[in-house]
Amino acid sequence: MKRVQFEHSAIPYLFVAPQIIIIVVFFLWPAAQAIYQSFLLEDAFGLSSQFVWFRNYEDTILSESWLQAAGFTVLFSALVTFLSLALALLLAVKANEVIRGASTYKTTLMWAYAIAPPVAGLMGNLMFNPLIGDLYKFLNAIGWDFNHKLDSFDAGFVVVLISVWKQVSVNFIFFLSGLQGIPKSVLEASLMDCKSSLRRFWTITFPLLAPTTFFLMVINITYAFFETFGIIDTTTRGAPGGATTTLVFKVFQDGFRGADIGGSSAQSVVLMIMVLALTVVQFRFIERKVHY
Amino acid sequence: MSKVQLTNVRKTYPNGAEAVRGVDMEIESGEFIVFVGPSGCGKSTLLRMVAGLESVTSGQVLIDDRLINDVSPAERDVAMVFQNYALYPHMTVRGNMSYGLKNRGLPKAEIDQKVTEAAKMLRIGDFLDRQPSQLSGGQRQRVAMGRAIVREPKVFLFDEPLSNLDAKLRVQMRIEIKRLQRRMNVTSIYVTHDQTEAMTLADRLAVVNDGKIEQMGSPIDLYNNPATLFVASFIGSPQVNLLPATFDGQHLISGDLKLSGFGDLPTSTELVLGIRPDELRLDESGPFLLRVDIVEQHGSDNLIYGGVLGAMNDGDQETEFCFKTSQDMLPDLDSTLKLGFNDERAMVFNKVTGERLR
Ligand SMILES: Nc1ncnc2c1ncn2[C@@H]1O[C@H](COP(=O)(O)OP(=O)(O)O)[C@@H](O)[C@H]1O
Ligand SMILES: [Mg+2]
Repeated sequence: MKRVQFEHSAIPYLFVAPQIIIIVVFFLWPAAQAIYQSFLLEDAFGLSSQFVWFRNYEDTILSESWLQAAGFTVLFSALVTFLSLALALLLAVKANEVIRGASTYKTTLMWAYAIAPPVAGLMGNLMFNPLIGDLYKFLNAIGWDFNHKLDSFDAGFVVVLISVWKQVSVNFIFFLSGLQGIPKSVLEASLMDCKSSLRRFWTITFPLLAPTTFFLMVINITYAFFETFGIIDTTTRGAPGGATTTLVFKVFQDGFRGADIGGSSAQSVVLMIMVLALTVVQFRFIERKVHY
Repeated sequence: MSKVQLTNVRKTYPNGAEAVRGVDMEIESGEFIVFVGPSGCGKSTLLRMVAGLESVTSGQVLIDDRLINDVSPAERDVAMVFQNYALYPHMTVRGNMSYGLKNRGLPKAEIDQKVTEAAKMLRIGDFLDRQPSQLSGGQRQRVAMGRAIVREPKVFLFDEPLSNLDAKLRVQMRIEIKRLQRRMNVTSIYVTHDQTEAMTLADRLAVVNDGKIEQMGSPIDLYNNPATLFVASFIGSPQVNLLPATFDGQHLISGDLKLSGFGDLPTSTELVLGIRPDELRLDESGPFLLRVDIVEQHGSDNLIYGGVLGAMNDGDQETEFCFKTSQDMLPDLDSTLKLGFNDERAMVFNKVTGERLR
């Protein structure tokens, strides 16, 4: 009996090659570099370096400033993710109910999506400018002694506000299409089964949006971790006293401003591990619950 | 046990579409009413106004003499079965069935008992802990029925509940729905475009056409005594044979054909003669000469389709007739059959208004 043999040809490899090359060049190679660098200690002028094992890790991660940044990052990410999801969901639910002028309303809400984070940061800067900033004046006028240059709470407020504002529109688009994907008859069935609209929302609409919410949660946490860099860099720059420094911003600060390549690389590696762990947790434990 | 009453009910959608144009109806307690009509005639809209899913533009909807125009769907005490089942995809079968009861604040023990009972009645007891996505179409349909039954509503509403099922399952479920309704004796309104479903399920049938009730009555009454051309052609399968004609004072004239046995008809209007396929018979002296096109063998009887020689319709083509006969009648194709009809049972309509003249 003859067994069927498939001819092996090089063509399939050719097709996946671009993808593989991109992953190697833009991800694996830099990651390997970072891991390598994280074990080296350079002298102040970058002329020579020495293999120091985990000294860079000990020095940076156990430092007070890193722990502060880690704490802020966790709080900041939680706030940005929660607030931008909650706000976007509220807006999407309301927009979904609008019948007249619906498209104008929706387009307006989507606009912020087109704005890059650094630009959002610059706009925020203008609004919180002590001399000409409308929001700055407004907050002070309503009796809040607001000064984000000096007060760390106020500074945190600024970066959270701008980051949330920037992200709401993306979440809004996804939530809106998620809402429109819920079959009308299912909602009608619930209308006959339950008279409280709030209860219907939490027992029918919200669970049916769970896949969207989960997806957005992953996206938003990643956003809060990495992409808000541009906002922080153009507004507070981590000030006052490192109160609004996120881990990513600290990598940049220590590496480029402080020229501590080894320490900065060590931080990057830790960040990579954290994100990896977070992703695994999300997909392992949460995703299992959201699919029906 | 509840009465449903509609008085001059109208519905105009925000886009201006007039879906329902003045419907009056009284449904007795425990009655099984079927709304039947072609697609887009407004039957779903009418049903949904009873359900509370569409607002009533004008007129009154009453259940047990209580005006419910502005009562929310959940407080009307009606339950609905949707065409695409509309089960809650994230809940188990049990969750689906108990959801409405939970929201009404029933104690858990009572809910469990009702769900178990309904599940037994519908033979879905083995699936109670499955998700809807793990069920077949027929099983989902049962769950949707179960969700309606456990509520013990005053009125059951069905919007084409069997349209997504295959033919065999459809017949089974049809019988089951009828049996359940008989057993529970709950007033029911059932929407369908399928006239077999309509004929077999209904205590009374309402034929809907263009937003109005064309005629209402028992299925057999509508079959035997249609009030309009529309009802005559909608009810009955195979469809009634229609022949355009005029009356010359003594005979009905259609093309080259001259039919006697008719009197007392207007001479100035265009008419339509309607003869049911089973009212035709082989008759050497009959007026029709049918050229056989197709013979369909349905088992117990055969349907013979063909053109009637000499009879032209509006498009100047030969009028097609269907002749229902016994299973041993197997004429050759293109042969001709001489047919007569029972003029007592023949119907004549005004072609323009559709009104039945005799
Ligand atoms: N939500 C709606 N908005 C506007 N027009 C509608 C809407 N629903 C139905 N219609 C129109 O109303 C008419 C009746 O619809 P429907 O009651 O669904 O008919 P049926 O159930 O008999 O097929 C149709 O002409 C349809 O186009
Ligand atoms: Mg319909």
